[in-house]
Amino acid sequence: MRDMFRGFGAVFYKETLHVRRDFGTLFFSLIIPLLQMLLLGYGIDTNIRQINTVVFNADGRRESRELLDRLKNSDTFHLVRYVNTDHEMNEMIIAGKARVGIKIPVDYSDKLLHKMSAQVLVLIDGSDSSVAGQAINVTTSIGLDESLRRVLVNNETFAVDMRPKLLFNPDSRSPNFFLPGLTAILLLNVTTFLTAFSIVREKERGTLEQLFVTPVRPMGLLLGKLLPYLVIGFFELCMILTFMRFAFHVPIHGSVILLAFLSLPYIFVSLSLGILISSKANSQSEAMQLAFLTILPSIFFSGYIFPRETMPKIFYVISYFVPASYFINITRGVILRGAGITHLWIDALALFAMGTFLLVIAARRFQNKVIMA
Amino acid sequence: MSANNSKTNGEPDGTDPAISARGLVRKFGNFTAVNDVSFTVARGEIFGFLGPNGSGKTTVIKMLTGLLPLSGGEASVEGLNVRTDAERVRERIGYMSQNFSLYPDLSVKENLTFYGRVYGLSPDRLKKRMDDVIQMNGLEPYLDRLGAQLSGGWKQRLALGCAMLHEPKLLFLDEPTAGIDPVARRQLWDLLFELSGHGITFFVTTHYMDEAERCSHVAYIYYAKLIADGTPNSLRELPDVTPQGTMRVEITTPEVTRALKIARQIQGIRSATIFGQSIHALIDDHFNLEDLREQLQKQGITVAEIRPLAPSLEDVFVELTRKNQNNQSEVARA
Repeated sequence: MRDMFRGFGAVFYKETLHVRRDFGTLFFSLIIPLLQMLLLGYGIDTNIRQINTVVFNADGRRESRELLDRLKNSDTFHLVRYVNTDHEMNEMIIAGKARVGIKIPVDYSDKLLHKMSAQVLVLIDGSDSSVAGQAINVTTSIGLDESLRRVLVNNETFAVDMRPKLLFNPDSRSPNFFLPGLTAILLLNVTTFLTAFSIVREKERGTLEQLFVTPVRPMGLLLGKLLPYLVIGFFELCMILTFMRFAFHVPIHGSVILLAFLSLPYIFVSLSLGILISSKANSQSEAMQLAFLTILPSIFFSGYIFPRETMPKIFYVISYFVPASYFINITRGVILRGAGITHLWIDALALFAMGTFLLVIAARRFQNKVIMA
Repeated sequence: MSANNSKTNGEPDGTDPAISARGLVRKFGNFTAVNDVSFTVARGEIFGFLGPNGSGKTTVIKMLTGLLPLSGGEASVEGLNVRTDAERVRERIGYMSQNFSLYPDLSVKENLTFYGRVYGLSPDRLKKRMDDVIQMNGLEPYLDRLGAQLSGGWKQRLALGCAMLHEPKLLFLDEPTAGIDPVARRQLWDLLFELSGHGITFFVTTHYMDEAERCSHVAYIYYAKLIADGTPNSLRELPDVTPQGTMRVEITTPEVTRALKIARQIQGIRSATIFGQSIHALIDDHFNLEDLREQLQKQGITVAEIRPLAPSLEDVFVELTRKNQNNQSEVARA
């Protein structure tokens, strides 16, 4: 086992030449993530506003109109149409033209005047659970508020006054939450594909076989391939962060330098993953399929879309084996919560360990299973 | 030819044969790709390794270069055991694969520089060796051209250049002339002879019989088994090639196709095949050549000339293959 990194310098030299020659491909592979970020950043808004609402106001007097105004002013409901029958209201909801139907009965104002309990029917389309949840929350709290105002006549104060305060993302802006996670996914995409392709291409050309007849050692070969792409991946990260900060105005609360530093182990894992894929795949299309196979779990199990804590147990366990889980924790930590190295070193360490593990496995595979022409 | 008993370990002392293979076996699952193959290649030889596609030629190269582990047998290359010393073997050999594996997006100079660095040449030595290789292969005018823009012949020269930068004493060339034009083919062989004169050993696989004739030592592998091993001339004189009581003749005639049909009917002609404007036939040696001419002319064939002929290497391999198919014989060594 003498000089296990033999050939590293030569491969590194050659790989940088490849990158320079094929600048067009590189340019596109770096630009496309930015376009994806543009689309997703503007497209995804998890805050539910302006739900289409149909109203059947059978009462029509001042009290009922006041209630509707309050619903409208909540910004949650958008009153699209007023109807005059239950049937029309149902039809609107079934047809999907409205997600919420509000029926104010004919005796609403009378009951309020006689200090009796007045009922309002709120029909909610449950096919989208987050829309339904928001509609329930807002209507019940408006109802509660309305009741309290009528009960507390003499400027009495609320017995219990809850004052929730959102930390870190006070406006609940979706980009602030989504883009740090998206950074992890986009970075994974680019780096995994780039390394996997660069090795599989050599298999297709037969140059890898040629290299195995030289004294180059697998570790030297793999690290020589990996390092140029580590630089490219890092550059891509900087572009994504710049874009996120200045195009989407996502404030970075923590240290940018720390974030950049902690991204290195993550890029290292993604590159090693690409190399492992290339030890299995014999053609670029095969490599593409395998890469997609690794990207899907990163999207669904990493907490990028669904919070890891609410996942079924089995998926929660799986999420510990997904590198993106750790990096999303790092990006959200630094960008949103201003976390420091003391909070995040363990994530970085986990990533570094995963990367080393994958790389060693890949090197062993290249060592043992020599390619059959 | 007995295999030299090379050391299994320790330093090569320069007296070992370039390659010594004894009882090589390679299995892929149930399939035996190489079955009990033994041969020795002396230093400075041009060793031609022939055989049909899929008969195990490339597998043998991969075993000797340490790309594939041996399932059985022993092999030493440049005095080093390939089982235990594959890495040092790789430092001492050059290898040019079937498809001249170069980087199409790197220039000639960059390809050379890369391989030089792979072999760990110092900057001074690399520069000197690059100059030598460029001059030897006539690559000077193409230094800045990309690999992809070279024609087949130049690709092959560049590949050869890359394989010999580190001054290996033994070069493996796997079908070096497949798909290149005749001029480039001849130039390559001229270069091989020149290098061989400097003591470099070549292990060359090929399909071309005329290339086999140029080798100083040939071996023929047929479906995993070695069936011939010797110099071209000694193989031609093998009794199996021209069986007792037979001789080879060349019949020159303007009507080869019709003549072949008729010749195959004539008693005393064992086999016949067309070579351009003539027929090569194996006939009983008591057959009088004048009788043969008469018999053919009786059937309306104009015969220009009939003369005795030495067997070609192709004849040798055809006969040995046939014999091998009939009864499992051992390697014909000469």
